[in-house]
Amino acid sequence: MYEKDVDSRCTLGDFLRNDLGLTGTHYGCEHGVCGACTVLLNSKSVRSCLLLAVQANGSEITTIEGLANDDGTLSELQQAFTECHALQCGFCTPGMLTTLTELLSENLSPTEAQVKSAISGNLCRCTGYQPIVDATILAASRLRDKSIPSAAIKQ
Amino acid sequence: MDILDSKLLSKQAYIGSRTLRTEDKALLKGLGQFVDDIKLDNTLFSSVLRSPHAHARIIDINITLASQLPGVHAIYLHKDLPLSAQKRLPLNTPNAAITLVMTQEILASTEVCYVGEPVAFVVAESRYIAEDACSIIEVDYEILDATSDCIEALRETTPLTHTIAKNNLIAKLPLSYGDIDGAFSADAVIVQDIFSQNRGSAHPMETRGYLAEFHKATSQLTVWSAGQAPHLEKKTLIDMLDWDPEKIRVIMNDVGGGFGPKAIFYPEEALVAIAACDLNRPVKWIEDRREHFLSGSQEREQYWDISLALTQEGKIRGIKLKMTHDNGAYLQWGVILPYIGVTTTPGPYVVPAMDVDLKMVFTNKGPTSPVRGAGRPQAVFAMERILDKAAKVLSVDRAKIRQLNFIQPEQMPYNVGFIYRDGKAMIYDSGDYPKCQSLALQKANYDTFSQRQKLAKLSGRHIGIGIANFVEGTGLGPFEGATVRIQQNGRVTILTAAAAQGQGHKTTFMQICADQLDIDLDLIDVIAADTNAISMGIGTFACRITVTTGNSVYLAAQNVRSKVFSLAAFLLQCEVSELEMANGLVFVSTEPTRSKTFADLARVSQGIPGFSFPKGVTNGLEDTQYFLPTQAAYCNGTAVVELEVDIETGQIEILNYVMGHDSGKLINPLIVDGQVQGAVAHGIGNATLEWMRYDEQGQPITTNFGEYLLPASEDVPRVSVVHLETPSPLNPLGVKGAGEGGTIPAAAAIISAIENALDDPNVFLKDTPMTPQRLFEILKNNTTSAHH
Amino acid sequence: MKPAPFKYHAPTSVGEALQLLAKLENPKILAGGQSLMPMMNFRFMMPSHIIDLNQIDELYGIELRDQSIHIGAMTRQHDIQTSDLVKKFAPIIPDAYDLVSHRQIRNRGTLGGSLCHLDPSSEQPCFISALDGEIEVMGPNGRRSIPIGEWTSTYMTPAMNDDELMIGTSFKPWPDGHGWAFLEYSRRHGDYAIVGVAVLSNINEKREITKISISICGISFAPYRLKDAETNLIGMVADQHAIEIAIKSIDSIEDVMEDAHNSSEYRRHLAKVYTRRAIELAFQRANNHNYGQNTH
Repeated sequence: MYEKDVDSRCTLGDFLRNDLGLTGTHYGCEHGVCGACTVLLNSKSVRSCLLLAVQANGSEITTIEGLANDDGTLSELQQAFTECHALQCGFCTPGMLTTLTELLSENLSPTEAQVKSAISGNLCRCTGYQPIVDATILAASRLRDKSIPSAAIKQ
Repeated sequence: MDILDSKLLSKQAYIGSRTLRTEDKALLKGLGQFVDDIKLDNTLFSSVLRSPHAHARIIDINITLASQLPGVHAIYLHKDLPLSAQKRLPLNTPNAAITLVMTQEILASTEVCYVGEPVAFVVAESRYIAEDACSIIEVDYEILDATSDCIEALRETTPLTHTIAKNNLIAKLPLSYGDIDGAFSADAVIVQDIFSQNRGSAHPMETRGYLAEFHKATSQLTVWSAGQAPHLEKKTLIDMLDWDPEKIRVIMNDVGGGFGPKAIFYPEEALVAIAACDLNRPVKWIEDRREHFLSGSQEREQYWDISLALTQEGKIRGIKLKMTHDNGAYLQWGVILPYIGVTTTPGPYVVPAMDVDLKMVFTNKGPTSPVRGAGRPQAVFAMERILDKAAKVLSVDRAKIRQLNFIQPEQMPYNVGFIYRDGKAMIYDSGDYPKCQSLALQKANYDTFSQRQKLAKLSGRHIGIGIANFVEGTGLGPFEGATVRIQQNGRVTILTAAAAQGQGHKTTFMQICADQLDIDLDLIDVIAADTNAISMGIGTFACRITVTTGNSVYLAAQNVRSKVFSLAAFLLQCEVSELEMANGLVFVSTEPTRSKTFADLARVSQGIPGFSFPKGVTNGLEDTQYFLPTQAAYCNGTAVVELEVDIETGQIEILNYVMGHDSGKLINPLIVDGQVQGAVAHGIGNATLEWMRYDEQGQPITTNFGEYLLPASEDVPRVSVVHLETPSPLNPLGVKGAGEGGTIPAAAAIISAIENALDDPNVFLKDTPMTPQRLFEILKNNTTSAHH
Repeated sequence: MKPAPFKYHAPTSVGEALQLLAKLENPKILAGGQSLMPMMNFRFMMPSHIIDLNQIDELYGIELRDQSIHIGAMTRQHDIQTSDLVKKFAPIIPDAYDLVSHRQIRNRGTLGGSLCHLDPSSEQPCFISALDGEIEVMGPNGRRSIPIGEWTSTYMTPAMNDDELMIGTSFKPWPDGHGWAFLEYSRRHGDYAIVGVAVLSNINEKREITKISISICGISFAPYRLKDAETNLIGMVADQHAIEIAIKSIDSIEDVMEDAHNSSEYRRHLAKVYTRRAIELAFQRANNHNYGQNTH
């Protein structure tokens, strides 16, 4: 729970990074295209560069820092990312993880095409995307095996 | 074999394995430390005022209003800079052929020569306020004529890019070898055409950025940089600031992609350093994406007028090449970029003679320097396209004409004929080009393609296939280095200047080191990309780090292994041959309780004050090695692309993408696969999507991600890679570079496939990007493509 | 790329928003922010005041009322896309939304915002146009309704006064069994349409066209209805011949848009290609349903 005064023109991403010290969310373009700044606002993926911090007043925000398990171990999705080499420089990764967290919370059996479509708004210059797709499919199958109801996926 | 040597053989658990990266955990949890994540108390933030004109004289700058804005701490113009910083940036890659060494000033003094050139530097409480201040600085410009086209730029009547220059020609670089006249004699079949490639940039997801801090107590200046070459940046800062070389440190923590543009020195790095020293507070500058479009380095814009002379059967006799390179407004990397290009042209083929007329030209556009592929994609494009044309003219299958001309593995090492950028004769060290193409074609089911094509045509679909080969000089010198040190706590540290921007260098070095010392990865720490870690370094570009630093780590770790055994043998009073090493413990094979830990040994090697070491024992369990490659190690590959063209819209869909890829011994195949897949994405962008456009007045047209199209998830297919590992004889690990191979042949193969899909004898594609709009024009006109 | 300073207002009712609009100098309405914020980050727009509509509950909602579907101006694109009501009565809309940008944008973007932004390449004005939608506007003088065909004043400017607020849109659903299609050409998935086409069609048991609506975006400021073709096609059999008549009418469109990336000739060509494909698909879908029964 955070409470701060903020300048009205301060964007949400800047607020998270500078005022709250949560630098996991990254700015890659500041015009809503690259997706690196994507966070979950009340469980919905949004561009934090296109939101004013004031607009998030009263909302629940999930950033990459909130995706690991409570004991600090990597979530299934994060674990699958490392196994599939789904990150290289790691800059687009926060946006990828939050976007895919939303996908998996709605669909635990996505096809490759559905995964690709889900991340079509997240640019990556390192991986060529395929490893990210593979990681998501792998994570989904493991989550299905664990039979975790989708509402309980780490938010 | 010497008994000591036999102890040098370790169990090799890691080299060659798909080891998961140690870099990942922190990044996955959002704990990366990219330069903008580094938070220092009292930091000030900054913004650069940039020229809105492609060419203009600065008459006057009025900062009165801007400096009065609350929250503004300082505004710098050229005249406010220390004297040493008023001069132009040094050219770190000089060449005698350059007629005008025109590099950037860090702030323009009298003349601006491209849209985006820095004019003023504002330091304030926040980036928001700094931008506010920039917007109210009044600059009085006298607009001058600008030159935007590098071919036009060579005409007498075209405006000068720089008013003090005589003309727009930077350098003429003639190169030749062999009997070119003989090659082009009357009985030769000659095929000629002009090819062009478009400007583009790498656009790493993280833009540039620097944070500088001056520590008054020690007079030390520290600069954190989102760069690729810490020592190069340090060297330039020393010159620009006239600084004590021992009191400056450049560090790169996490860097969000580089791909070339972050390897050079930029004005803003000097500006933050100057401001930090002047204001005695840390100063940070983070580039925004629009700035990256304007002032981040770009390349690929070149015109290739290539003539291929062949025998009737299709054997190459020689190549004549006139190449014009659009350099943009300033020199950043000397002549290297176009030079790499022209010398890449022969590729894997026997080319008995070559004559090159290379011209580098100034234009009033953004400056250029290597971008992933570094001039080679253009060479491969021209060569592979002209070979395709020759195949058409001679009615030979495209794969066959290439097979006919391959350098055979028995011919290695093969002297191409040129002098390469490192000043030595260009000699391919190793590689099996016929096998690489053959495996790639097999994987791509090339033999049955024409059946597939016919079948597709029956249902109204147009599919095509394209092939392209490349050879790339990697692992360039002069050197990189590494120290391997066993600490008093038993852990092993690797120290190096090598900088990573996602390539997984740390893990790769750990694997190499772990195998030499028979330890697990979790006992190893890496300090990288820090000029304090090791005194000398060059930088990460041109696929060189695994070869140079990798081998340095290997050699240093081997030496440390020897030292460990020697010291343990001395202390345990036995022979080296009786000892074994495992996970930080050295023990007598037959009596494992007689042992010493790495920690024990390290402490002994630290010495006890007043006591000399006994014979055979030296100080420290560490070693530093610089690997100096004698020449480039040449990797190679083949791209085979099958795609479908929607002839109603010009849209393409890649159906199958195969890469044959030979980077010698692979330290970590997981990482190499990732490099190939990622590099192909850049190549797809080059071929059909990315187009950095300027108008005739040098105004950039595409300055955001809505207009400059990067490949997204649905634009990049899964790449099937067939790996060959022809080890390089030039370094102990047998490795070659791997980061750019996926990009280099991509445009050539894709354009070839598009043309093949159109299946129209009147259509010959010569330019990139092959956008649907352009394809539409071509199909409409049914002639060879027009130049823009 | 940070926005210039502005004063921020977050009214909680339409009335309050209207008062602010009337009295503030150089205000800009903030709806989803997916178009406005980039422009502000680039400093292409520097409003002195931002009137944020996101807290006005009465502007959200999708309902069937008086035989029309009413969608509040601030309703999120994603919510419209996944609405059962919309899927049942206007299946063209979720289809079109598959092509609109990306999920993250649709989670915040609003239909009202898109209809006021009026980017000629935008899909939403196009399908509202095909649906013969009405735009509801509220001002100091009360409420008024503007047919979509009269909504575009000029390039990216709606026919609304400075002191008015767009509060919703509505349309009468096509009968159960109608055929629909929204297709577009874009460089990559989610990019703005270079050209997009919305088609709705009714076909009777004799496979004759009883009603057809064809709207094209990307060729002029406002979505372009092929009105002549729509009239001429009535009574014709739903086949290739009818499609050719529709395509031919595209040749006579004057002043097709162009920009640095796509010529007017190319756009016209794409309009023909996609109109054909969209009508074919709409006809196919119509044939799969029961015809001409208003079952709602």
